[in-house]
Amino acid sequence: MPAPDAASRTIAPIITVSAARIDADAVTAALSGSGTVGALVTFTGYCRDEGGRLKALELEHYPGMAEKQIAKIVQDAARRWPILGAAAIHRHGLIMPGEEIVFVACTSAHRGAAFAAASFLMDFMKTSAPFWKREHLVDGTVGGWVEAKDTDEAAADRWHRL
Amino acid sequence: MKLAYFAWVRERIGIAEEEVSPPAEVTTVADLLLWLKGRGETFDAALQAPEIIRVAIDHEHVDHAEPIAGAREIAIFPPMTGG
Repeated sequence: MPAPDAASRTIAPIITVSAARIDADAVTAALSGSGTVGALVTFTGYCRDEGGRLKALELEHYPGMAEKQIAKIVQDAARRWPILGAAAIHRHGLIMPGEEIVFVACTSAHRGAAFAAASFLMDFMKTSAPFWKREHLVDGTVGGWVEAKDTDEAAADRWHRL
Repeated sequence: MKLAYFAWVRERIGIAEEEVSPPAEVTTVADLLLWLKGRGETFDAALQAPEIIRVAIDHEHVDHAEPIAGAREIAIFPPMTGG
C-alpha cells in the first residue's frame, strides 16, 4: 500500500499531561500489533539525582496550553513523516530521581520515520511545550529553576534547516 | 484581559494571574511587557530582560510584535524547560 499523502493523513495520538506515573508498556501495546506497524520507537526521559544532590524535580506546567501545544507538535511530526501512530506523555508535579518525566513513542511502516519523528517530538517537547523544572535539594531547600539550554534550542532549530 | 504568569516570572511577581485593563496605547506584546514592568518593584524584577520572556495569547505562542487586541488570556513565562 503506498504511503498516504501527508495532507490527508491524520493520526489519533495519545496525549497525556498528568502527575501520574507513565505506563509505557500499556502505551506501546496500544500503538503496536496492528499488522500495519513495522517499527515502534520510544523514548523515556528520567529524573536524575545529579550526583546525590537532588531530592526531586518539580515540574510546573500551563494547564490547557500544554496539551494543545503537544498536540500541535505531534501533528507537525505527522506532516513531516509517514507515522502511523504517536504518543506524547508529560508529567507534572514532584518527580523523584529514577522516575520518568516524559515518554514519546512513534510507529511507522519502516524505522526511519519513527526514529526521526520521535526525535523531533522530544526536541520540541523540551523547547516549546509550556513546562518548567525546578530543583528540590536533599538538604531540604528549594533550589533554582532549571535554565533553558542553548543546546536544546539548537537541537530543535536544526529541524527548520532540514 | 486575564494575565497568567508561570515559573520564576510568577514567583517574582508574586501572583499567578490577574485581570488587567492596559491603557489604549498598549497595543502589542512588547508594549504590554514594558507597561507591566513599570507597575512596581516585583514586576520590574520579573521583567528586567523582556527580550528573553516568552508570551502566549489564548494558548498560542506569539512573538513580541503581536497585537494584543481581542486577547482573552495572555500568559507570560520564561523559556521552557520541559522534557
